[in-house]
Amino acid sequence: MTGTNTAINLSVFGIFVLLTLYIVYRASTRNVSASDYYAAGSSFTGTQNGIALSGDFLSAASFLGISGAIAVNGYDGFLYSIGWVVAWLIGLMLIAERLRNTGRYTMGDVMAFRMRQRPVRAAAANATLVISLFYMIAQMAGAGGLMALLLDVHSSVGQAIIIAVVGIVMVLYVLVGGMKGTTWVQIIKAVLLILTVTLLTIFLIGKFGFDMSAMLDRATQKSPLGEAVLSPGVKYGASDLSKIDFLSLALALVLGTASLPHVLMRFYTVPNAREARKSVVWATWMMAIFYSCTLVIGFGAMALVGTDKITGAPGGENSAAPLLAFQVGGTVLLGIVCAVAFATILAVVAGLTLTASASFAHDVYANVIKHGEADPRDEVRVARITAVCVGVLAIVGGIAANGQNVAFLVALAFALAASANLPTLLYSLFWKRFNTRGTLWSIYGGLTSCVLLIAFSPAISGSKSSVFPDADFAFFPLSNPGIVSIPLSFLAGFLGTILSKEPADPAKQSEMEVRGLTGIGSDLR
Amino acid sequence: MTKALPSVSRPASPGFATFDDRHHSLLIDGDGEPDFGAIQTSEDFLALKRRVRRFILPATVLFLTWYVTFVLLSAYAADFMSTPLFGTVNVGLTMGFLQFVTTIIITMAYARYSKKRLDPQVEKVRALAETDEELV
Repeated sequence: MTGTNTAINLSVFGIFVLLTLYIVYRASTRNVSASDYYAAGSSFTGTQNGIALSGDFLSAASFLGISGAIAVNGYDGFLYSIGWVVAWLIGLMLIAERLRNTGRYTMGDVMAFRMRQRPVRAAAANATLVISLFYMIAQMAGAGGLMALLLDVHSSVGQAIIIAVVGIVMVLYVLVGGMKGTTWVQIIKAVLLILTVTLLTIFLIGKFGFDMSAMLDRATQKSPLGEAVLSPGVKYGASDLSKIDFLSLALALVLGTASLPHVLMRFYTVPNAREARKSVVWATWMMAIFYSCTLVIGFGAMALVGTDKITGAPGGENSAAPLLAFQVGGTVLLGIVCAVAFATILAVVAGLTLTASASFAHDVYANVIKHGEADPRDEVRVARITAVCVGVLAIVGGIAANGQNVAFLVALAFALAASANLPTLLYSLFWKRFNTRGTLWSIYGGLTSCVLLIAFSPAISGSKSSVFPDADFAFFPLSNPGIVSIPLSFLAGFLGTILSKEPADPAKQSEMEVRGLTGIGSDLR
Repeated sequence: MTKALPSVSRPASPGFATFDDRHHSLLIDGDGEPDFGAIQTSEDFLALKRRVRRFILPATVLFLTWYVTFVLLSAYAADFMSTPLFGTVNVGLTMGFLQFVTTIIITMAYARYSKKRLDPQVEKVRALAETDEELV
């Protein structure tokens, strides 16, 4: 199946890159001010931003990782989809509108609103950079695996070159297009992705006479696990410990989504809270449709391709969707699916790069180093330089992590976001007494505990599938740390606040609460 | 992030707003900036807060409980979740799919509630702080 279709794959993908680069270029010829670079001048509508949000969120992990996890583990892979859909309710009801009303460009704007600016902004930027890099490395690692399948590149040098090319193209998007260009890339990619999965799903279901039960029946016959794939427990049911791991993952998925920095930053590209709300409504619909489709695609791959063939393919689990496409539509469909998956990686990584660069330039450079008095032009220049540095880091990290399971790596980024950001955001939006020390404790408490627990988890060492399979320093038994680090961060924020003698700034608290709910004082209409 | 210091006419105690020395009923301080402390304690804003809470609190508790129930059942009641419902489609898969459905229902309900009950109240509160120049 490989080799013959390389030309088709490359041309579909090439067209996407050229088209998007052209649009990015056209969209952003006058891309100068900080507001343009970070937030596209807040000029997108709720609908556009909602589609872009789903573009930012539906990563390679969602498409390749989840359909693969379902194709191999059945029910246990389905959990990812559910967590990622339900999670948008937190974004919708607790975060989106308040964030739009209180902040301007970054997550740090909101966290530092009523706190001492410099330490809190530095902390917010640290959290943003760590989470974005983690997420980005996961995406880049996926790109390598995909390429093994798509272009028949099996040598690690070849895959490294491809990862580097992805990195360079995405830095180009960010440098040329800023937020506006990147948003258009997300919109195009989201539409392509949703169309592809929807058509594939309709086709698959049609193949089984629009009978889900018949499809599942066939899937159980083709899986070595038999009927067990339809029940919980294939992956996480072995022991009490693995069940707790399952709960931990479930918690990270549902709490991490609405606190991912690149998702949060999207809410600044719309003019007001109402449009921010509309964005989430659109995004939620897109997610529900998309993840319903991945369920069908995952079981469809199990039924038509077979689990053994998927796990044996280059790219492993991640190759379920491309293999299925080849099975039902030959080289042309494989080319399209691979190109869409590739575009997905590219767009998500571009969004992450932009977020990381904005956070460094706006929070660290402009507010910590320049005390809030940086020339906006310098700020944008710093952001662009940061984007290049972040791109280089992501390329290096992606090459190092090549071959890891994408959905799993991304789940760790979610655990980080849920630990470092969510408690801090919720406290600062809803708890009057919350103060600077509480903020710092909850950000750093969540971030460091999560990073440490990951470092000492079986994900990093001590098992066959870890990053360092030969070493064993896994003191912490769970592969997802969320169930420990998220409550820990809430606790740290609480203790930091009550142990600090520094009272919360009541005037700023009033301003934040009023502004968060109504937008008064934010110059938004 | 407008100004560092509260202006002179802002009440010293933030939880308590005074209206006596206002030249007009608008909750704007001496510099023409919104008086957030006064708005925060105004009847209209408190009503808005109550309306927000009335929806968000039960809805959040509901969807989190429903999600956690699903996850716990998946982890600890695998037999129940494997009970077939429609052909090979079992309870677990159906419940998982229902999570999508409830998410959409709550999302649409919130969008509707916001439009009908929250947005008009937000406008009311915003009117408190609008100066003549700002009325566009």
